[in-house]
This record gives sequence, C-alpha cells and structure tokens, in this order.
Amino acid sequence: MGELQLSCTDQQFLAGERGEGARLAAQLVVALGSIYGARDLVPISSVQVAGVSYRNLGEAGLEFLQSWAEAGARVRVPSMLNPAGMDLLAWQEHGIPEAFARRQQAVIEAYKRLGVTVSCTCTPYLVGMRPRHGEHLAWSESSAVAFANSILGARTNREGGPSALAAAILGKTARYGLHLDEARRATHVIDVACPLDRPTDFGALGYLVGRMAGDGVPLLRLRAGPAALARLEDPAASRWLPHLKSLTAAVAASGAVGLCHIEGVTPETRERPDLIAPQATRLAIESLRPAYEALNGAEDYVDLVSVGCPHASLGELAQVARLLRGRRTRVELWITTARATLQEAQRHGLLEPILSAGARVMADTCLVVMPMAGRGFRVLATDSAKMAVYAPAHCGLTTRFGPLEACIEAAVTGRWQGTA
Amino acid sequence: MQVLRGRVIHPGKACGQALVSSEPISLLGGIDAETGIVIDPRHPLSGQSVTGRVLVFPTGKGSTVGSYVLYQLKRKGLAPAAIINARCEPIVAVGAIISDIPVIDGIDITQIRCGDWVRIEEGGQIVVGG
Repeated sequence: MGELQLSCTDQQFLAGERGEGARLAAQLVVALGSIYGARDLVPISSVQVAGVSYRNLGEAGLEFLQSWAEAGARVRVPSMLNPAGMDLLAWQEHGIPEAFARRQQAVIEAYKRLGVTVSCTCTPYLVGMRPRHGEHLAWSESSAVAFANSILGARTNREGGPSALAAAILGKTARYGLHLDEARRATHVIDVACPLDRPTDFGALGYLVGRMAGDGVPLLRLRAGPAALARLEDPAASRWLPHLKSLTAAVAASGAVGLCHIEGVTPETRERPDLIAPQATRLAIESLRPAYEALNGAEDYVDLVSVGCPHASLGELAQVARLLRGRRTRVELWITTARATLQEAQRHGLLEPILSAGARVMADTCLVVMPMAGRGFRVLATDSAKMAVYAPAHCGLTTRFGPLEACIEAAVTGRWQGTA
Repeated sequence: MQVLRGRVIHPGKACGQALVSSEPISLLGGIDAETGIVIDPRHPLSGQSVTGRVLVFPTGKGSTVGSYVLYQLKRKGLAPAAIINARCEPIVAVGAIISDIPVIDGIDITQIRCGDWVRIEEGGQIVVGG
C-alpha cells in the first residue's frame, strides 16, 4: 500500500488478529491513508461520529452499523455521536412518527454495542470532550471540526461517518491533511475591516470567509476588533463562545473549511512564524451586508424559529430564558442543545421560563437531520448562519437570519422585524 | 485488447461491461439505492442501471453519506461489479471497502468506452476488450 508505514500493532489489526471488526476498521483507515499519501497512522484522543440520524443513514447505514457491531468491533478511544433525527427521550412530544423513532433507536442501539457514548451533539467540546492544543482527533461534524482546529488548536480532518468510526475502533487515524503542519498553513489572508459585535456578525463573517476560501485555510485579521478577543486565556470558556461557535460553524457550512485561523485566538497564530503559506491569497472584507442579504429571504412572517445551531451553550440558554421570561410565543420556537447542557440548564432553573413561554427545548437533535417533510413549515427564522445555509436545501424552508433578540421577537410576534 | 494498470483501492476480481461517465458522480442523490439506476436528471448516465457493470468515472463528489448508497446496493444485489476512477476520493473508497466492491484508480478513463468488456485482475491490472 504505497509509502504508508504500519506499526506491528497496525499490522495485527489489518491481519485480523484483533478480530474481524477491528480488521474491517483497519482496512478502511489504511486505504484512506494510502489514498492521501499518509506516511503513518497517528494515535487519536477522541472521536466524534457523524451518520446518526436515520433520515440520512437509511436502512443500509443501519445494517452497516449492525454488521460491524456483530463482527465484534468496539471503540478504543472516547467517542461521541453527532445529532440524531430526534430528541431520544421526548420525541413523541415533538411529533416524530413512531416508525421513524423505532429505526432511530435501532441506530442508537448499534452505536451502543460498538461502545460509542450516546451523547448526540455537534458541540462535544461543551459536554466533556474538550481536546487540548496539539491533540490529534477524528471528528466528523463540520462545525465541531472547525471549532476544534481553529479555537482549541487540536488537529482533525473532516472525517466521514464510517471513517471516524473506523478510527475509533483502531484508536488511530491516517496522518494526512490537517494533522500535518504544512497543511495547516494559511492559504488565504483576510483582513476584516468592518466591526464585529453580536454572534450573528461572526456567523455572517464566517459565511463570507467560507465562500472566499473554499477548501483552503484562511487566516482572519480582525482589524476593527473586538480587541478583547485576542489573547484570551481560554476562548472556549469566555463570553465569546457563541461568537466563535457561530463563526466556525458558518465557515464550514458555506465552504469546506476545516481550519480558520483567527489572529490572536488560534494557538498557532501566536506560535508559528511560518503560519502564512508563500503563495497565500490576500483578501479583504469591508462589510457584512452581502452575507445578511444572501441569508435573508423577503418574507415578513415566520412560522418556525430555530436557536441552538451549533447546540446552545448554557449561557445561550440563560439568555433565551431572560428574553422569554413572562412572554408567550405565537409560532414554534425550537431550541436545540446537548443532553448534558439541557440537564444543567434544568438544574439552574433555566428551562421553566422557556417552556412556560411555549417554546420547545430539544436535546440530541438538529432540524437539519430531523424528519421535517410534511410538517407544513415555510419560513424559518434563525440566529445561525450555518442553519440559514442548510435549511433551504435540507428542510425546504426559506430563511430569515438575524440576532437572537430578533429571533425571539419573531417567535413571540410571528413577524420578522428586521435583521440589523 | 488493451491492458491498463492502476492503484488498488480495494482488491478483488471482477468482470463486466463498462458504464462510462466523463462526469463525476455523487452517490447520494445520484444513484437510487433501491434500484441501482442513475437518478440525477442532469447526469449523462441518467436513467441507466449500474448493476453488474464496471462503473467508470473520473471521481466521486457530494455527501459522505453517499458511502452507504454503495453498501445498500451491494446488500440488494444491485451493486456495480467494480469501480474504476481517474482519482478515487474517500466517499467512493469508503463505500467500496465496506461493501467489498473492487476499485482501481489512477486510470486514464478515456481509454475505456461504454459497453467495452472489462476484466479487473490482481495487482491493479485491467484488461479492456477481448
């Protein structure tokens, strides 16, 4: 298999000496390493597996997972899941058809047998899977991949579902792409001249950057601030978490970006004198207006409001609770979050004001992977640029995109009052 | 008769008539997992069945969930006999490996015409015609 060097253990896996399940996994990881010209396999500290919603997997995907579980495959490193097609506990309340729910549960059972932790979220880094700078990972979800690479300074490619699972079973992935220093150098240097304020501004910026950078590695220089963002001790634990989450999600949705350096935030921007590749393209962003225009339809009414893409943090749930206290929603407001975040919110008494207002808080899931056909929704309001990119194609919805406050207002009135 | 040599992505012997596309193929949304028929209306192979054919195309594209489409085709006995790519990418590679479908890449696919009989042999060797 080309130049790929395999350790004795790798070879045992490949020869089936660790069982048939492990052999299948090794075969997959080795083939990908060979295609990409990896020189060896690198140990990983955690895995996040996509391909969880039965809506995307179908019967074939389910059979595949069951066949690997049957072959004795078991994960060797901590592994979590991407969002499923429903809240695994409260699906009935949310109108999920029973036939779908049964198949979805079968998928979850298969993952359990494989040893994967049933934590279905696009924000594993908020619920106990927090990689450190320099660690190698095999994560799938594009926003989580971009967050891990760009904010935490960990190293992961954007793995497909089966390849992430195979990496979890092997405890290793092929060392190519964003695992290598060379591939992490900036291919696009983008000066951002306009001020950034709310998380939606960061989402709008991410949308523009993704369009410019394609599958490259952009480096953002935030010329007009916010100054506080640079040199934070722990950006992921700061008040800037929603902003950074929005930016990295959007950049991975509008482009195929897995790593977006932010000067002063991404650890490598402080450490690498050779960060910028020799042939890097120089670009500038003067205004966020093109993003707000592209992500907004013309409708002045909404019939569904989505908050929590990527999954809402505890701080975001607190903000929603504050905005909704004592009010009543007119249209459906769905707030998606991780199960562990929901439980924590419950302990802090944050759910009561949200639920009393008539909103739904859903764990384990996401609109984009839920069975949305035939539910009659037409216009979605969201504070997520990523959701605004995906909802038209994946859910057949037109979108309004604007700040959290505007989205909550839309949920209460059923009208969209403006983006800025 | 012509002999081509490429890189083995997934090993195996196979024989079938070539179904050749000059355009990339997206497995998800491109091929119907229930019937094996190319359903993307804008694709040059639209309406044709991949079942039992040696499917020849430059490279894959689209969603990574597409890997499961090959798996489903194999389970239903509707899979192509083999796949030949100019450049194999992970969606096709992963799909072929989990479905045990032979794949060779690094081939000048203009050397293969639709309808040619193609035999996949060991070591990445492909015999076209005869």
